[in-house]
Amino acid sequence: MQTTLSINGTEHRLDLDTRVTLLDALRDHLGLCGSKKGCDHGQCGACTVLVGGRRINACLTLAVMHDGDEITTVEGLAEGADGGLSPLQRAFITHDGFQCGYCTPGQLCSATGMLGELAEGWPSHASADLDGNYELSQEELSERMSGNICRCSCYPGINAAIRDAAGAEGRK
Amino acid sequence: MSLDLKLDGRSEDRFGTMAQGLLGTPADRPEGVLKVTGAATYAAENLPENCAFGMLVRAPGQGKVTAVNADEVRAMPGVLAVIRDERMIRNAAQGTANEAPVQGVDHAEYVGQPVAVVVAESFEQARHAAQSLKITTEGSPGPVDPDAVEPEGEPTRTGDLDSAMKDAVHALDLTYTTPSHSSTPMEPHAAIAEWDGDRVSVRASLQMLKYNRNELADCLGISAENVRIQSPFVGGGFGSKLGITAEAVSAAIAARELGRPVRVVQHRRQAFETVTRRSETTQRIRLAADAEGRLSGLGHEALVSNLPGETFAEPVTQASAFAYAGAHRVIGERLARLHRPAAGSVRAPGEAVGVTAFECAMDELAVKTGLDPVELRRRNIPDKDPSSGKPFSSHMLAAALDDGAGRFGWSDRAPEPRSRREGEWWIGSGMAAAFRVNIMMEAEARIDLTPDGAVVETDMTDLGTGTYAILTQIAGEALGLPAESVTVRLGDTDFPPGSGSGGSWGSATTGNAVWLAALDLRRQIAARLDCDEAELTLRDGQATCGNVTRALAEVLGGDDLRGHGHITAGDAFEDVVQSTFGAHFAEVAVSDVTGEVRVRRMLGSFAAGRILNEKTARSQCHGGMTWGIGMALTEELTHDRRDGHMVNRDLAEYHVAVNADVPPLEVHFLEELDPWSGPMQSKGLGELGICGAGAAVLNAVYHACGVRIRDMPATPDKVLAGLE
Repeated sequence: MQTTLSINGTEHRLDLDTRVTLLDALRDHLGLCGSKKGCDHGQCGACTVLVGGRRINACLTLAVMHDGDEITTVEGLAEGADGGLSPLQRAFITHDGFQCGYCTPGQLCSATGMLGELAEGWPSHASADLDGNYELSQEELSERMSGNICRCSCYPGINAAIRDAAGAEGRK
Repeated sequence: MSLDLKLDGRSEDRFGTMAQGLLGTPADRPEGVLKVTGAATYAAENLPENCAFGMLVRAPGQGKVTAVNADEVRAMPGVLAVIRDERMIRNAAQGTANEAPVQGVDHAEYVGQPVAVVVAESFEQARHAAQSLKITTEGSPGPVDPDAVEPEGEPTRTGDLDSAMKDAVHALDLTYTTPSHSSTPMEPHAAIAEWDGDRVSVRASLQMLKYNRNELADCLGISAENVRIQSPFVGGGFGSKLGITAEAVSAAIAARELGRPVRVVQHRRQAFETVTRRSETTQRIRLAADAEGRLSGLGHEALVSNLPGETFAEPVTQASAFAYAGAHRVIGERLARLHRPAAGSVRAPGEAVGVTAFECAMDELAVKTGLDPVELRRRNIPDKDPSSGKPFSSHMLAAALDDGAGRFGWSDRAPEPRSRREGEWWIGSGMAAAFRVNIMMEAEARIDLTPDGAVVETDMTDLGTGTYAILTQIAGEALGLPAESVTVRLGDTDFPPGSGSGGSWGSATTGNAVWLAALDLRRQIAARLDCDEAELTLRDGQATCGNVTRALAEVLGGDDLRGHGHITAGDAFEDVVQSTFGAHFAEVAVSDVTGEVRVRRMLGSFAAGRILNEKTARSQCHGGMTWGIGMALTEELTHDRRDGHMVNRDLAEYHVAVNADVPPLEVHFLEELDPWSGPMQSKGLGELGICGAGAAVLNAVYHACGVRIRDMPATPDKVLAGLE
């Protein structure tokens, strides 16, 4: 099936088996292997990408469902013409927010999406109310990032990196 | 030329005199940029031209295997082959096996055993075809219940523990159980195999390449010289990638048969079954103590299981042999031969579950004697190994207990359980000691020195353990080069054989091989300056000897130099007992309404000789402590009682700790140099953090709410039953 995906600002025309997931289209058909397959069942978050700015599990959606969608993967997170690292990417290195690195692209995409959700006032299970004014507390951050498993268990580094990159001890 | 060293005694600390100031600093990982940009390539990536895709098929039962509709499946769209080859393996090889594990697909010895690989033009076609292959099994199944068989083995008995128990002022006879655990690293097991004539190259996700190469060659019936394995990046291992795995063997077999590259990736649910689990354990612990809490005897007997033909028995009591004093002892494992999926090494085999249960028992003894749990442990620190009578290379338990207790604020703790309540939550704290044996293996490494810098090569792997970082620092420190002038290349059997990653031995073993390669180069540089190597100072690319300083590039004078190092363990690991030590402290909240346990904070003080990189070392300890939380509260592989299969074999049902389960973790390292551990005076650290961590959590649960959980994990149903 003919599908056009816009990935990190570049259009890709693909002729795909309808069973191909968005994740496998990225990894096996476009050579964008930054997005990782950890479980293929939406249980681990390693495949997290941004579709229209919103984070999703790329293993749980078919590529042909995203004709014309704007997709951002870890390869598209670096900022600037020189491909310099984003503040989040730099902070992950500084705070050792990874060990094996396999969940890292998903953590980075998820954190990028999560900070957007927080800024837009989306509540979480950890939110005390629904007034849409949430701080990046330990509880909010941990709750909002719990869809991304890190078996190396770098959560202290991941959380420190996200808080650092978010630019505050409490982003309103 | 090579510099060989067999460690037969104490080593001199050479790094204390080096000038670069790189080793021991919290340096960033040199591969960090690759990992945060998605450019680090793991085993399933870098697809070659014309690659076909394989999918393993599992046995639905035990017994004689028949593929009922193989011809129909072969006719499905895109299908290239349905392969059932006698060289395929039953389960992953054990760590350091160095030979093929049990092979064959005609008979399934456990539910979930790989019995076929289906190969097709695309992944989707292969998956559909594999799911369409109908497998039947027939025959009477072997036992799957640990209590239904007579186990092998007897514990070691010293003195008369039964009498010591009768004579003791305080005697405890307790049984703890732990369920099967899974390593379940984030990267599923994957391989791409490609043949060139008689030679096969495999990109794989494996921890110990020099062994894996021999294992794969043995599986395929070819010479090891004709096998190349590359694993430059490994997405976590934790024991599950120690030995050759089913997907690598079947990819190589399929690629040979089809004459084109084949990729096989295990689905997450397959990896749970075909890769070794940590055995479930039943641990009987006996403690005989006098009125002051001093142990006169101790017993630690464990029942574990494994498949027939597997040599591995979870070494549950490994640390109990040396952890505490007590003359009368019964220590050892019994092994039940069961037809559950194969058991093998999972992070800290032995101590992870053994120290955890034993440290829970010590907490129960502290309650019984009325002693503070920290003081009880202090009183029972042996002055030499109670089992062998050998001295310790160093003993840092008392220091770790003091350091941890002080930093945690242990003295503020009310001794009585149920002393503190906040709303529906009982608040309590607990502690445990940590022990993990220090092991050294054999390793080689080489360093090429050019005017541009140094290139370190070994087939050692980095599972996230920090190998790239610490080998960069070791070479840079010894050769006087900044980190950016050192390149470390790992994970390729074309390089000199390292130790592989496992048993916490990677950093000390391969690190010392890199040191020796650097020392070899230092001697060559010193010879060119006509001075003694010990007088040579290398710093920032400058070589200084006496009052002469020259640029290293000038000393090279257009030549490239090569250094080679080779280290083996000798009497230094026979004459003394080497261990790492630590102390865990945890604070938990237990809901009086639901029985839910939340860990509020956790602190560990650890001693492991010289800390090579404080940043990566800290992350390793975070990992271990977090696994301790999982072991204490959520991780449990459930085996079906009827056929032994793993019921909850995925990440939705096997509950590893997620971000919200992990509170802020505090890690402190004690200053230590252990001359017995080698020239770097550094010991393994990757597993110490898990040893006993779960016990600190469970002991805190008891202190919080008065409920003692001896059947791990402490899920809310068990806690609630105790509260009622």
